Amino acid sequence: MAQSAAPRASRPPLRVRFRRDRTLLFLCLPGVLYFVLFCYIPLAGNIVAFQDYAPFLGFSGSPWTGMTNFVQLMQQADFWSAVVNTLEIAAIQLVLYFPAPIALALLLNSLVSERVKKSIQTVVYLPHFLSWVVVVAMFQQVLGGAGTLTGFLENHGLQTGNIMADPSLFKLLITSQSIWKDTGWGTIIFLASIASVPTDLYESAAMDGAGPWRRIWHVTLPGIRPVIIMLLIMRLGDVLTVGFEQIILQRDAVGADASEVIDTYVYYHGVINGDWGMSTAAGLMKGIIGFALILSANKLAHRFGESGIYR
Amino acid sequence: MTTTTSTSAAPRGGSRGRFAEMITWKRYDRPPWMEKPHPLTRGAKAIILIAIVIAIGYPFLLVLGTSLAGQKELNAGGGYVLLPHHPTLEAYRVVLAGGVVTRATFVSLGVTAVGTGLSLICTVMLAYGLSRTGSFLHKPILMLVLGTFLFSPGMIPVYLTVEKLNLLNSYASLILPVLLNAFNIIVVRAFFQGIPEELHEAARLDGAGELRVLTRIVLPLSKAPIAVVGLFYAVSYWNSFFNAVLYMKDSSKMPLQVVLRSYVLQGQSMNAKALGVSVLPPSTSLQMAVLVLAIIPIVIAYPFVQKYFAKGVLTGAIKG
Repeated sequence: MAQSAAPRASRPPLRVRFRRDRTLLFLCLPGVLYFVLFCYIPLAGNIVAFQDYAPFLGFSGSPWTGMTNFVQLMQQADFWSAVVNTLEIAAIQLVLYFPAPIALALLLNSLVSERVKKSIQTVVYLPHFLSWVVVVAMFQQVLGGAGTLTGFLENHGLQTGNIMADPSLFKLLITSQSIWKDTGWGTIIFLASIASVPTDLYESAAMDGAGPWRRIWHVTLPGIRPVIIMLLIMRLGDVLTVGFEQIILQRDAVGADASEVIDTYVYYHGVINGDWGMSTAAGLMKGIIGFALILSANKLAHRFGESGIYR
Repeated sequence: MTTTTSTSAAPRGGSRGRFAEMITWKRYDRPPWMEKPHPLTRGAKAIILIAIVIAIGYPFLLVLGTSLAGQKELNAGGGYVLLPHHPTLEAYRVVLAGGVVTRATFVSLGVTAVGTGLSLICTVMLAYGLSRTGSFLHKPILMLVLGTFLFSPGMIPVYLTVEKLNLLNSYASLILPVLLNAFNIIVVRAFFQGIPEELHEAARLDGAGELRVLTRIVLPLSKAPIAVVGLFYAVSYWNSFFNAVLYMKDSSKMPLQVVLRSYVLQGQSMNAKALGVSVLPPSTSLQMAVLVLAIIPIVIAYPFVQKYFAKGVLTGAIKG
């Protein structure tokens, strides 16, 4: 504490500070090595987007092509279809999946019995820890062509067919899977922020004649507004990432037209087809847009008088 | 508590007594200004909550029940059984007989154990190294870690790096590229910073160096965050599916999630030879047994760390 409070001028010289903190530096070493090797070097590896990359020539030997990869990418119809799919899925998730944990947290918070609340939390947190392979497999047993719910509906005169192989339902299907898996887990942060709303606000609202719904609208929701905005910003920065593993697992069933998103496009064109330069260009564009989005969303939050995620 | 004596004496009266106790307890819990909800509201809430619990619990039971059922019961139940009358462990005996699934299970267990160990060690080291504000290079290293929140390097460059490091098709490729997670480091660091400075000073006066302070004082106090972060790492190693598809070429080295995908989602049929047995139980039971295998470790670990969740998630959210 004393060290950080001391004025800059009286700091000991570098050599002394290095000797003093060398144990701490040594402790940082493996972690720093990891981030450099697997985050920052690959970040620099994005130069492939400006090359006609060939694996046997490597980063340094491959010829430079300027913006050719980007120009080529813009001319691909299936790239634009992937962009449209990504945005559609993101929009559906923003409307259906984002508010779900808020609603569930409000419902859980309205339960008076601690015991009931705890037991339900135990159940709803669990799916978060399942892999996408398991979640999709479970959905298949219930909603797939031979699934139990499909069979049940068929026996009662409702032909649904195989919901999981229907391209027109695909975006709703994966959103419902995300809701099933992560709504419960998402409530944690909202429940904590609801708990920090001062109780006397509720009390005085009740005194003034506000019923349960009006208390939610006028006390709880304004109380958790900063958290909602913070999470919305984080989601906005990540808006082009819409469930990669989940989609890869189900792409064969519905076809690329309905399911290809930017991330899967990068995988199939890069790793599978070996079109390294163009797919890296797609990934890099996604990264830059995401970065710009998170910066501007944060600025927007400041405009609205919220603290956002950083200053 | 006094009702327990009456419970043993008269079961019916006793249960009513316990019910009454629950109601009293409930009434105490409700703040005085809060009105009793309308019976319709209460009913609607109950129905919604029950529906949620069924939507989550039903697939689990269906998968478990079917994995334990024999052919006759499956035929009678239309392919699936929720509660088998004559449960049999035949399907588990077969998938664990030493074939593809057994090997994949060991691969997954090994990667999860080694990976979680390495990840935790490096996370604790880095988190402690960064926990002293004002130490040498503290700021730049912290920025290096936090920077990864703002960007992701992209799949292809990471893949090419893994290839350049000669890690393709090695078990290390399932661990090293995902060794650390900035969020987990921030959680542990925030906890370390909450440990009173006096403890550090007292230890230092006794002549302990940073390493000793970390192992003797800080770590014993940090069981909760380490349990949560350890669970996060373990779950992500156990569940990881795509990294194996991306980096592994050898089908015999594939982890359980990849095998699960090919058997259950891609409908690859399980033949007796691959599984190392001569007679096969019903294929649905086998598939569901593999699915249960992929879930079991999580369900076992879950209760032990569950109580720490809120703490772990929130520290990260606030500090990050």
